[in-house]
Amino acid sequence: MAKKVMVQTVINNDDTTFVCETRQTLLEVLRDELGMTGTKEGCGNGNCGACNVMLDGVLVNSCLVLAVEAEGRTVTTIEGVAEAEGLHPIQQAFLEHAALQCGICTPGFIISSKALLEQNPNPSEHDVRLWLAGNLCRCTGYDKIVRAVLDVASAGQAKAGA
Amino acid sequence: MQAFDFVSARSVDEVVAALAAGGERARPLSGGTDLLTQLKEGRRAYETVVDLKRIPELMEIRIGTDGLWLGASVPCHLINKNADIQKMYPALHDSTGLIGGTQIQGRASLGGNLCNASPAADGIPNLIVHSVTAHIAGPNGSRTLAVEDFCVAPGRNALQSGEVLVALQFPAPGKNFGAAYLRFIPRNEMDIAVVGAGASVVLSDDGQTIQSARISLGAVAPTPLFVKAAGEALAGQPVSEETLEKAAQIAQEAAKPISDMRGTIAQRKHLSGVLTKRALRIAIDRARGTSTVDSLGRLNGNG
Ligand SMILES: Cc1cc2nc3c(=O)[nH]c(=O)nc-3n(C[C@H](O)[C@H](O)[C@H](O)COP(=O)(O)OP(=O)(O)OC[C@H]3O[C@@H](n4cnc5c(N)ncnc54)[C@H](O)[C@@H]3O)c2cc1C
Ligand code: FES
Ligand code: FES
Repeated sequence: MAKKVMVQTVINNDDTTFVCETRQTLLEVLRDELGMTGTKEGCGNGNCGACNVMLDGVLVNSCLVLAVEAEGRTVTTIEGVAEAEGLHPIQQAFLEHAALQCGICTPGFIISSKALLEQNPNPSEHDVRLWLAGNLCRCTGYDKIVRAVLDVASAGQAKAGA
Repeated sequence: MQAFDFVSARSVDEVVAALAAGGERARPLSGGTDLLTQLKEGRRAYETVVDLKRIPELMEIRIGTDGLWLGASVPCHLINKNADIQKMYPALHDSTGLIGGTQIQGRASLGGNLCNASPAADGIPNLIVHSVTAHIAGPNGSRTLAVEDFCVAPGRNALQSGEVLVALQFPAPGKNFGAAYLRFIPRNEMDIAVVGAGASVVLSDDGQTIQSARISLGAVAPTPLFVKAAGEALAGQPVSEETLEKAAQIAQEAAKPISDMRGTIAQRKHLSGVLTKRALRIAIDRARGTSTVDSLGRLNGNG
């Protein structure tokens, strides 16, 4: 017996109302009901970070959030990261550093990295590695990802200092 | 996941009513990092899930002269970034910085960590060494329970049908107080503790004598252990490697671990002693405001 509820949220700055089952995760609703397939499913149990989104400005695994919990809250997904002028600097840095191969982990890494730099604009390499420990990547070996994030941070610092 | 009714409770009374009505088939939800994984894997099935995160008392961090009131559902990241908590309750700060990764800390609460009652929970030894009292509400009114009596078996807590954990009450730390929580995992982060150890101390004004101490171990028994005897053995003793060694030995003897994929009995026993001593060293440093050990409690990078 499916229990359906209506949920009102703001997703990537758009008022969004959807109907879902109480047992559906935010990840399922984003992908299957709203067609926002940028957010990926890796493990489905909180270990890989591929599904990361911001919920009311806090980094969370969308596979471990019920969609009904998003009622009245704001959600930011990878689709909301690029700016009107083009790619977000973190996205650009991932391209320039070849910080992705198959790409399934990339949306999660970009959301996490953005959350880090918002909170700590000048992280050390240790800070970056620790913050990203909940994001798994099977392909890159992580190093290029860490370089990309540090590069964006130092570019940001240069700008702030200029 | 099986279908369930979702109740977004707005008050403690509403939770108690929903839990009492649902009995064993109703379950509270804090951050969901344990509950939703259990529901997904089909290890648990409930007909009603009651969300606690919109109840102000359960989401509150309140620091006053009588200590800290920590709402049961407050997520780790808010606790970990609170500068007063870091100063007053350093073992709580340690724990909330190492449960899961960043995104787990965005949701995971200490109430959930405690109620889930895992023997290896990283949130519980710190509550024990900080002498926390659990505030519980239920169909018959409110009651309190010392946190070391809260877990009764792996995955089982002392709550009765219809009861909910409202908050964790931390007493005011007093002067010359220090505490720490450490765990051993094979990775650097994102792993389950092979052994965890919490320690707290109150020192004399000159910092040379231990007036009282509390020790707690995780992952070495069916529930997180309060090793009362180890703390008692330290009371009135001078701060020295010798006294710490004695407490470590008592802790090691109190540990009753099992062998599993994460570690053997012998390794866990050994670690119980090592981590107790290291957690004590950090707690003492913090009580004195010195830094004679590194962040893992090692003297001069070893030992
Ligand atoms: C990837 C990953 C990594 C993890 N890493 C760690 C780790 O390093 N260390 C660690 O200790 N744990 C870890 N955990 C487990 C989990 O995150 C913690 O136990 C967390 O603190 C649980 O809190 P929660 O708010 O998410 O609880 P929930 O999942 O909401 O609840 C847990 C249980 O407690 C009950 N409950 C919750 N709140 C209350 C209440 N107020 N009153 C009564 N019952 C209640 C629920 O019904 C449920 O049975 C990890 C989990 C994942 C998925
Ligand atoms: S899919 Fe959510 S953490 Fe892996
Ligand atoms: S690029 Fe393939 S998993 Fe990260």
